[in-house]
Amino acid sequence: MKLMIRVLLFSLLAWQAKAELVIEITQGKQSAIPVAVVPFKWKGEGALPENVAQIVANDLGRSGYFNSLPQTEMLSLPNSEEEVFYRDWELLKQDYLVVGEIDNDGRGGYAVNFKLIDVNTRTALMNQKLTGGAAALRDIAHFMSDRIFSALTGLPGAFSTKLVYVTTNRDRTQFNLNYADADGAREQMIFSSKMPIISPSWSADGKKIAYASFENGRSEIFIQEIASGKREKIASFKGSNSAPAFSPDGKKMAMVLSRNGNPDVYVMDLATRKLKRVTKHYGIDTEPQWMPDGKSLIFTSGRIGNPQIYKVSLSDLKPKRITFEGDYNARARITPDGRKMVMVHRNKGDFHIATQNMKTGAVQILSSETQLDESPSVAPNGSMVVYAASMGDRSILAAVSLDGEVKFRLPSKFGDVREPAWSPLLK
Amino acid sequence: MQKRSLVKTLGLTFGAVLLTACASNSDVAEGDELKPLDAAQENAAESGASTETKGVNAQSIESQAVEAQAVAGEQVDAAANEAQAALMETTVFYFDFDNSTIKADSKNSLIAHSQYLAANSSARVVLEGHTDERGTVEYNLALGERRGLSVSRFLQANGVAANQIETVSFGEERPALMGHNEGSWSKNRRVEIKYQSR
Repeated sequence: MKLMIRVLLFSLLAWQAKAELVIEITQGKQSAIPVAVVPFKWKGEGALPENVAQIVANDLGRSGYFNSLPQTEMLSLPNSEEEVFYRDWELLKQDYLVVGEIDNDGRGGYAVNFKLIDVNTRTALMNQKLTGGAAALRDIAHFMSDRIFSALTGLPGAFSTKLVYVTTNRDRTQFNLNYADADGAREQMIFSSKMPIISPSWSADGKKIAYASFENGRSEIFIQEIASGKREKIASFKGSNSAPAFSPDGKKMAMVLSRNGNPDVYVMDLATRKLKRVTKHYGIDTEPQWMPDGKSLIFTSGRIGNPQIYKVSLSDLKPKRITFEGDYNARARITPDGRKMVMVHRNKGDFHIATQNMKTGAVQILSSETQLDESPSVAPNGSMVVYAASMGDRSILAAVSLDGEVKFRLPSKFGDVREPAWSPLLK
Repeated sequence: MQKRSLVKTLGLTFGAVLLTACASNSDVAEGDELKPLDAAQENAAESGASTETKGVNAQSIESQAVEAQAVAGEQVDAAANEAQAALMETTVFYFDFDNSTIKADSKNSLIAHSQYLAANSSARVVLEGHTDERGTVEYNLALGERRGLSVSRFLQANGVAANQIETVSFGEERPALMGHNEGSWSKNRRVEIKYQSR
C-alpha cells in the first residue's frame, strides 16, 4: 500500500513537469517505401539507454514517406552487410535495409556505424559512422534518420528538429511552455506561469523563441534564449501585445499591438526598437507572418466582417485579400518553398487545417478527423504540419503531411496541449 | 404632483433614450475611418460631456420633485438606487460569435454602471474581453479586445471618463465554462466588468 501511494505521488509529481506526448500514427501513405531498420548490435556492456534502431524506424515511419517493418516480422537480424541474406528481405517485400552496430567511442560516448542497403540492387548506398556524447544517443538516431531520409527522398530530413508548445491544466490556472524533440520525446519545461502563454514562435536561427505572456495581467511580448533561458520583454505597450513573428533575417519582428485602441500589425526593428505601423483599419488585423523573402507579410483581417488572409508589401503597405473560399481563414503559415500557405479554414462547418496554393488559389482541406483545429505550424522541410485539435474534451497536438496522406497524433496523458511551433532546421 | 412625476419619468426616459442614442451613434462610428487613440478619446470625452449635461438636467427635474414632496422624493430616490443596484448586479455581458456589438438586453445594465461611474469619479473598472474556443488564438485575442473596447465606448458615451476604464483581452484563454458546445460557448463570449475601486 505504501509503495502504491509512493508510486501515485511520484506520478502526480511527474505529470506536473511532463505532459508526456505519445505518438499515435492514424493514417499512413499508400505509396510509402518499405524499409527495415534492423536492431543494432551493441558491443559494449550493460543496457543501452535508447533503442536507436527503433527511434530511426519510428522517425521514418512517421514521415509518411516510409513504411517501417516491425522488428517482430523480421526473418533474420543482420548487423553487417556480410550477414544480410537478401532473400529474407525480398520475401518481405522490403526495398531498403538499415543495419549497424553501436560501440563505445573511447571517450565516454557512443559510435554508431550503419549502412543503408538497397535490397533490389544488393548494394550499400550509405556507410557512415556517427559519434556523440553519453547523452546524445537519441540525437545520433535522429541525425541518422535525417541522413537516410535525405538520401532516399532528396528532401532535407527534419527529425533533429524541436517543437515548442504550451500545456495547461483543466482549470487554466497553470501554463507551461515546453520544448521537446519533434517526436515529443525529451520534453523540458522552459517557462511556467499561472497566467496564459500564447503564440510561441522561433527565430530563423533556432536560438530564440518569442511568445506572448499574460504574467503581468495582460499580453506582453517576450524573447527567450533557449540555451540560457534568459528572457527579455520586447513589447508592453498599452493594450495587448501579441502574435510575434521574427523576420527571416532575425533583425525585425512583426507583432500585433492595440496601443491605438484597435489591434493592428506593426514591425519592430529589434536593435532600435523603432516601430513601423503596417495596417490601419478599424477591423481586426492580426497573425502576421513573413513571406520567405522578408519583403512582405501575410496576416489575418476581419475587415470584411469575417476573418480572411491578406498580403501586404512592406514598401507600399497596401493589403490585398488572398483567400476567397470559406467563411473563416486565419493564422496562415507559408511553406519553406513559398508555394503553399497553411491556414485554419472553415466553410460553414468545422474548423480544419487547409492549404492554399499561392499561385492558383486552390484550397485543399488536410484534416477532417479532428475538431476545432487551430495553430498550424509547418515542418522546416515542408513535409508535415503540426497543429492543435480537440479530441474528446481535451486539446491535443496532431500532425498531417502537406498532401494530407499521413496523419499522426501526439496526445498528452494529462491536461491540454496547445500552440505548437516547429523549429527551423537546427545546425 | 402627478404631473410632476410624469415630467420626471419622461425626463429620465428622455435622458436614457438620448444616452442610448449617443451610444449607438458611437457604435456606428466604429465603421468610420480609424482614429488614432488620442482623437478617439477626445471624441469620447466630448460626447461624454454632452451626455453628462443631460444627466444633470434629468437630475434637476428630480431635485425639483424632491423639494415639492420631500418624503415621496426620498422614496423615489431609494427606489431609483435600488433599481440601479439591481441593474449593476449584472457584470457579465454576452456577445454573438465573431461579433463585438453590444446586445440590446445588455444596455440597461451598462447604463446603470455608467451612471454609477459618472457619479463616482474615483471608481475604476477593468473590462475583461473573452471569446469562445472556436477559431484561432490570436484572432480571438483581438476579438476579446474589440468586445472590451465596445463596452468601453458605450460607457464613455454615457458619461464615464476614459481614465476610469481599462480594457484587457484574454481571448479564448479564460473560458467561464469548459464545455465544447454552444451552451458553454455562449457563456464564454463575454465582457466582464470588474470594479477595482468603488
